[in-house]
Amino acid sequence: MMMKKSISFQLNKEMRTIDVSPNEGLLEMLRDRIGVKSPKCGCDRGDCGTCTVVIDGKTVRSCLVLAIEVDGSELTTLEGVMNQGQINPLQQMFLDKNVFQCGFCAPGMILSATELLEKHPHPTREQVQEGLAGNLCRCTGYTPIIDAVLEHGGCKGGCRE
Amino acid sequence: MWWPGIITEERSVAIVHEFEYLKPKTLKEALHAVAKNRGAMLLAGGTDLVGHLKEGSVAPSLIVDIKGLRELKKIVLKGRILNVGALVTFGELMESRVIQSKFPVLTEIAGKVASVGIRNRATMVGNICSAVPCLDSGPVLLAMDAIIHVKAVRGGRMIPAKKWFLQARKTAIKPGEIVTHVSIPLPEEKGAGCYIKLGRYQGEDLAQASVFVWMGKKGQSRVAFGSVGPTPLRGTRIEKHLKGKKLDPAVLDLAKELVSEEVSPITDIRATKEYRLHMCKIMLERALLSAEARIRGNGPKYGKSLI
Repeated sequence: MMMKKSISFQLNKEMRTIDVSPNEGLLEMLRDRIGVKSPKCGCDRGDCGTCTVVIDGKTVRSCLVLAIEVDGSELTTLEGVMNQGQINPLQQMFLDKNVFQCGFCAPGMILSATELLEKHPHPTREQVQEGLAGNLCRCTGYTPIIDAVLEHGGCKGGCRE
Repeated sequence: MWWPGIITEERSVAIVHEFEYLKPKTLKEALHAVAKNRGAMLLAGGTDLVGHLKEGSVAPSLIVDIKGLRELKKIVLKGRILNVGALVTFGELMESRVIQSKFPVLTEIAGKVASVGIRNRATMVGNICSAVPCLDSGPVLLAMDAIIHVKAVRGGRMIPAKKWFLQARKTAIKPGEIVTHVSIPLPEEKGAGCYIKLGRYQGEDLAQASVFVWMGKKGQSRVAFGSVGPTPLRGTRIEKHLKGKKLDPAVLDLAKELVSEEVSPITDIRATKEYRLHMCKIMLERALLSAEARIRGNGPKYGKSLI
């Protein structure tokens, strides 16, 4: 018999306490037990990036994390990057540029782009490509997404190094 | 109920296997836990382990999460020895000032691993413990004569990288042992390295083949290959041939000819053995020339894609 353990963590600035089994995945806990639906299950093996969440300031693949591991951590999902219930400027840029079709990759793309822009506020095209390389999109292709991140970074077409 | 025609996937979202979980606060506690439990497995980044749990390819009775052991999260340069702790992620390797200035080729290697979201979690020590043939950390550690430091309740061992990798997914670690850190002796002689990884596309992919070289100003050279054998392979014949020589076309041609004596690629889902061998030669030449140019100060920027 596995022992369930009570874990506490911050989810989008709100404290949560929940009992988890050691073999429970973080993605399943978020989606199926807490009801946070922005992280998606795509490949379930860390390749596609649709399950991206932020743990303690860094994007991770929630499909490759056990729920029990986040005890004491700060988690952010797409729901947490909204600006007082409004979409944030990066999201607005994505919307204006119509970068997504089905939107399945959008939560992961937005979180990865947010992390990238924190590190490189005025990124080059290569930096954006590298920063989003782990997030797969199967419909629009990557060009409009990358262009939108570049424009948000202040340089249409990409900043110089 | 059973519906004909519905295929039940072998891989499912949930982890079926059951295990206990422990997050020790001290190394001593962790060592005792793995000493007592033969079925224990260690968890650091988990990017391999959790995937394996989902596939059902491992069945630990206990998972020991070592992320609470802060002393394993250090990058320390002691004299000429670069120590990388077991909890240091690839992302942290890339951001380390010490590594950027003293051994920048390691940032290049770390940057070639998977994607940002994986590098934020996955550790170099985890990479060498999984020891898949395509691992990115293997060639550099082998070529630089790195030492893997392990501890057990009864004491520690130091295992040279060339004795660490035994087979695909098999290392010299024994039950009850924990890798605490890896130490890389940085050469006295000034020099530069280069790592080229061939994937099916730009962006994240496992290596079809990879080449690491390090060249010294005084003519020392180190060469190792990844993904072209069950373990990373050192190119000792190539190293001997290159020693003290200038990289003129004749020298490079012979070095490329020697590649087939050093590697033993196979055909699999990612590439054919012929393609792997051919590309190893091309990558070796480019890596050598790039490392040489880096010594001169006019080489490609670290991390730039060279293939």
